[in-house]
Amino acid sequence: MRRSSLLLTALLTLAACGTTGGGDAPTISTVVETTTETSEVVVTTTLDPVTTTTTGASAGFPVTVEADNGPVTIPASPEAIVSLSATATEMLFAIGAGDQVVAVDDQSNFPEQAPTTDLSGFTPNVEAILSHEPDLVVIGYDPGDLVAALTAANVPVLNYSQALTIEDTYRQIEALGSATGHADDAIVVNEQIETDLSKTVDDAPELPDGTNYYHELDNTFYTATSSTFIGQIYAMFGLANIADPADEDGAAFGYPQLSGEFIVSADPDLIFLANTLYGESAETVADRPGWDALTAVQEGNVVELDSDIASRWGPRIVDFAEYVADALVALVNEAG
Amino acid sequence: MTQVTIPDEAPSARVGWLPLTIGVLSVVVAGAISITAGAAGLDPMSVVKAILDTLPGISIDSGLTDVESSIVFEIRLPRIVLGAIVGAILAVAGGSYQGVFRNALADPYLLGVAAGSGLGATIALSVSGDSALIAPFAFVGGMVAVGITFALGRSVGSRSATSLILAGVAVSAFATAIQTYLLQRDSDTLREVYAWILGRLVTVGWGEVLELIPYALIATSVMFGSRRLLDVLSIGDEEAGALGVDVNRVRGLVVVAATLATAAAVSVSGLIGFVGIIVPHTIRLLFGWSYRVIIPLSILFGASFLMLADVVARTAVAPAELPIGVVTAFFGAPFFLLVLRTMRGPA
Repeated sequence: MRRSSLLLTALLTLAACGTTGGGDAPTISTVVETTTETSEVVVTTTLDPVTTTTTGASAGFPVTVEADNGPVTIPASPEAIVSLSATATEMLFAIGAGDQVVAVDDQSNFPEQAPTTDLSGFTPNVEAILSHEPDLVVIGYDPGDLVAALTAANVPVLNYSQALTIEDTYRQIEALGSATGHADDAIVVNEQIETDLSKTVDDAPELPDGTNYYHELDNTFYTATSSTFIGQIYAMFGLANIADPADEDGAAFGYPQLSGEFIVSADPDLIFLANTLYGESAETVADRPGWDALTAVQEGNVVELDSDIASRWGPRIVDFAEYVADALVALVNEAG
Repeated sequence: MTQVTIPDEAPSARVGWLPLTIGVLSVVVAGAISITAGAAGLDPMSVVKAILDTLPGISIDSGLTDVESSIVFEIRLPRIVLGAIVGAILAVAGGSYQGVFRNALADPYLLGVAAGSGLGATIALSVSGDSALIAPFAFVGGMVAVGITFALGRSVGSRSATSLILAGVAVSAFATAIQTYLLQRDSDTLREVYAWILGRLVTVGWGEVLELIPYALIATSVMFGSRRLLDVLSIGDEEAGALGVDVNRVRGLVVVAATLATAAAVSVSGLIGFVGIIVPHTIRLLFGWSYRVIIPLSILFGASFLMLADVVARTAVAPAELPIGVVTAFFGAPFFLLVLRTMRGPA
């Protein structure tokens, strides 16, 4: 049993680190509104670095930015960034700080030019990280003493754990912008995300009342409720989440494990699979006992998501929203 | 170590009608509660009607929709049946192990089944990522681990039960170390492996039930057939040998049967703990120390215990799930302590 409780601790830590976000986030929407007029720059959702160059990247340092591990002061514009968070890697490249990134962890597989190494963000090794001589380390998870160890080595660390809301995404991008000398670029990126998201949502078809969905994280029916980051994006489209009654008190941090018979009885209109990397597909879902009777299965509304896009809270949430929008178009077209 | 000496003519040597009736009733009641309870919130009467409707010669309109009846027959029922089979296997295998090793704490997990299966499941997920491979890999992992345990236990020279159990502890630790290493290397699989370790009756269907039935039947028959020999073994190896029992042959046969069945059960259900310890010991304390009592009653009470534990797992936080391994430990351990305190049986 000891092994189980160790794993339990690890998992709880992983889950709990999602709750340390929040905090006193600046009201990003205000920032974006003030810069709306200047949004000439084209930022595509494929994450090409923004084409602007921020005036005087070295200006403005030292700078103090807020992270989950508190205020962190960065003495000079970082030129050797190590990212141990796949989401942070995507954010850094999106805001044009990609050239300053020297190493990213083994899960950071996007964008293509990211310097992937065998560094692990899940079981980080401080010496391995320091061997890249970083002047800034961005992490998404601290197993216990990573921040302390790197701080002791005089390397500034920014911990940005999983976003709880879309506002967290904007806040993290903006903070990374300030930390890397790309503050203006970060604002542009945020604004572009916001514009693209609202356009995607606005263009999506009208849904019949009560259209609901099930977002599958793994094939033991772990899912995400509306209180999670991912659930909020579905909610933007007016979709109802079948899992909400399963975690009303938030005890599962918005990630409860559903009962199979509950999913079938809820009969969701749409099933989104975030576990396609792990062998699940529309076919395997249809093969599950009792699932062939589901509306979503019979009408072909089992949507296979890119597991990475559906689990990261970076700039590609726009791509995720487009997946959802496409699924809604298909849903409405069938009905019509 | 528990030395149990029950003379053949002792009144508790045979399972009486009362315990047997209670056992059968517990299975029926647990089954009835299981089939009518669930996260889908189906009307219990309709479910009962739907079940009766399937019996030959009876035709009742249950009023269930197609989706609702597929919930009952494709999701709920296979899970209940599998829970009953797994519970029976774990309990009877635990009871048999305690008999052949004359050790109150023995169960198949001790010889490396749990750790080996866990390693197998982890390899399946981290190498292929295909969760359909969990069951075969877990089965092979469990059998290989026990095989190594036996080889090691014998190579030490003595054939005593203690060296075998020590070998099991070492093999378990080794397999767990490799598993932890693989999980650390490949954190993506952590959640799935973890879900499996805590027991996953969540996703089973009739396919798993059919896979398990042959192992369950053969192994349970062997253990059931050996119940008298287990009583003879309980007086000690030499004494049993003097009575004409081939101790090593009996021990080998029972251990292979119990291990095979446990590995098969674990491979589809995950590591559900405590059943193999709690159920046989509760029976000992309540109904008697003879294996002619323990073995048959373990089958019945193991089945009903796990069915009821799964009811809790399915409904306590519905529509969310509790891992069944948590439920068996959470309710089983205190209950066992309670029984231990009240009965104060010979130890």
